[in-house]
Amino acid sequence: MRSTRYKKTNRRQAYEAKRRRRSNIIAAISTAIAAAFLYILVPLTPGWSKVKLSFFNWDVLVKTFPKLLDAFLLNVMIFAWSAPLIAILGLLIALARNTQSPALFPLRIFGATFTDVFRGVPVILTVYLIGFGIPGLGLPRPWNSPYIWGTLALVLTYSAYVAEIFRSGIESVHKSQRAAALSLGLSERQAMRDVILPQAIRNVVPSQMNMLIALQKDVSLLSFIGPVEIFRQAGVFKSLMANFTPYVGAALIFLVVTIPSTRYADYLMARQMRARE
Amino acid sequence: MKLFSTMVAISAIAVSSASAQSCADGKTITAGQLTIATGNPAYFPWVLDDAPESGQGFEAAVAYAVAGEMGFEKEAVTWVRSSFDEAIQPGAKNFDFNIQQYSITAERDKVVDFSLPYYTAAMAVLAGPSAVDTEPTLAALKDLQWGAMGSTTAVPKLEAVIKPSKSLMLYGDNADVNAAISANQIDAALFDLPTALFLSAVMIEGSKVIGQFAPDMNDSPDQFGMLMEEGNPLKSCVDAALETLSGNGTLAAIEAEWLQSTTGVPLIK
Repeated sequence: MRSTRYKKTNRRQAYEAKRRRRSNIIAAISTAIAAAFLYILVPLTPGWSKVKLSFFNWDVLVKTFPKLLDAFLLNVMIFAWSAPLIAILGLLIALARNTQSPALFPLRIFGATFTDVFRGVPVILTVYLIGFGIPGLGLPRPWNSPYIWGTLALVLTYSAYVAEIFRSGIESVHKSQRAAALSLGLSERQAMRDVILPQAIRNVVPSQMNMLIALQKDVSLLSFIGPVEIFRQAGVFKSLMANFTPYVGAALIFLVVTIPSTRYADYLMARQMRARE
Repeated sequence: MKLFSTMVAISAIAVSSASAQSCADGKTITAGQLTIATGNPAYFPWVLDDAPESGQGFEAAVAYAVAGEMGFEKEAVTWVRSSFDEAIQPGAKNFDFNIQQYSITAERDKVVDFSLPYYTAAMAVLAGPSAVDTEPTLAALKDLQWGAMGSTTAVPKLEAVIKPSKSLMLYGDNADVNAAISANQIDAALFDLPTALFLSAVMIEGSKVIGQFAPDMNDSPDQFGMLMEEGNPLKSCVDAALETLSGNGTLAAIEAEWLQSTTGVPLIK
């Protein structure tokens, strides 16, 4: 079987393979030239030795990296309990904005106000206002913990974005689907749950992946109200050593996590595009 | 030949008398001007009302005294603001020196230059309303929920001396530490003594400075120095000015004027 297929390789395919090889070689050469230029030119700049000492200091990196990794565990934990809460609240807000009954108009107003407010306010302000403001009302411990209220701030902000994505997903399902479901005797609720949502959610998975990636980074904003996660830990080292290398170390740790998830989101997006063709 | 050597001698005298007049000549970033940086905002009692130009407040007063000693009139002093990061990043600086309670440490000294110390600060415990009755002993302090400003030497001090049993909470500036104490999220925070006294007296209702660390409890006492770009030629002039000021009692007088007596705070055992 295989050999016959190879024999069928025509001149067109051979030509294309040759073209591909040629462009690969050109890309490799131009990349090598660009890299060589960077490698030669950057160290020639007058400030390079100082920048190298402050930002790319191997000794400092080795000394601080284990504690940075420890601190990153806290980021992972906050992320792990925030993400499901965001998904649930986001979906509920999207559904609230999508209700049809006239009696539920207040719910639609609430959904619209919620998304307007929390998408419009910078995350860091929400973290500050909720993280210090609500515990300031006089809650007893442990209910005034910055972990609880900081998480709530993240959840409110992110569920506003996530709700809008879910809503666009719901609206991307053609109206006829709902009409067909209703005419088959399904209730409004069954139509939403069994017909519209499964398609809507599948449509927006790639966009929601991007929100997850953004959330991974924004968890660091909780450091402003107390928790010593990786960004704060790096800041402490930076202040004590007057050296920015710990920030570079923290950035590397973030990249190790975010690059694979970014690639996965790209892959999902590409697969969806292919499916739509 | 004789004429020549006389001329050399005369010119040598002229040069040396000029340098005696002003050590700082040609060493400042703007000729004839001394550019001093401080924090944004600058806090009492270091700078009064966030207005260093007034010369009111301990560091503002020290800065003007040093400037005067170096031959700069009050009008020849320009103030700029900087964050900690701006001060330590590599490259040219926009100030001649930066005065905002920088503790001199060996590691920082590798990247920037410090003047001689102008103040030696004791570390003190500021307890919030929930913890004002804590005994000033290490054993009792250990179990509090601690907080501090993340960029200060209070962090290593907490970890090395108090060794808290609960994980630390760290903040970006004094105002955030205050907010956390007011919200009862932390029991106590570590500050330099003058800052702690100010915060308890003015900013945080019901708080109290319950103890200060004896100097021998620190591996090195917290000494504040003026921060300069690494290799700044002005350092010798600033140091000479500070030496004169501490020798003739001016520095002590400024301290007495702006920093309240710190002897009433018990030592931590």
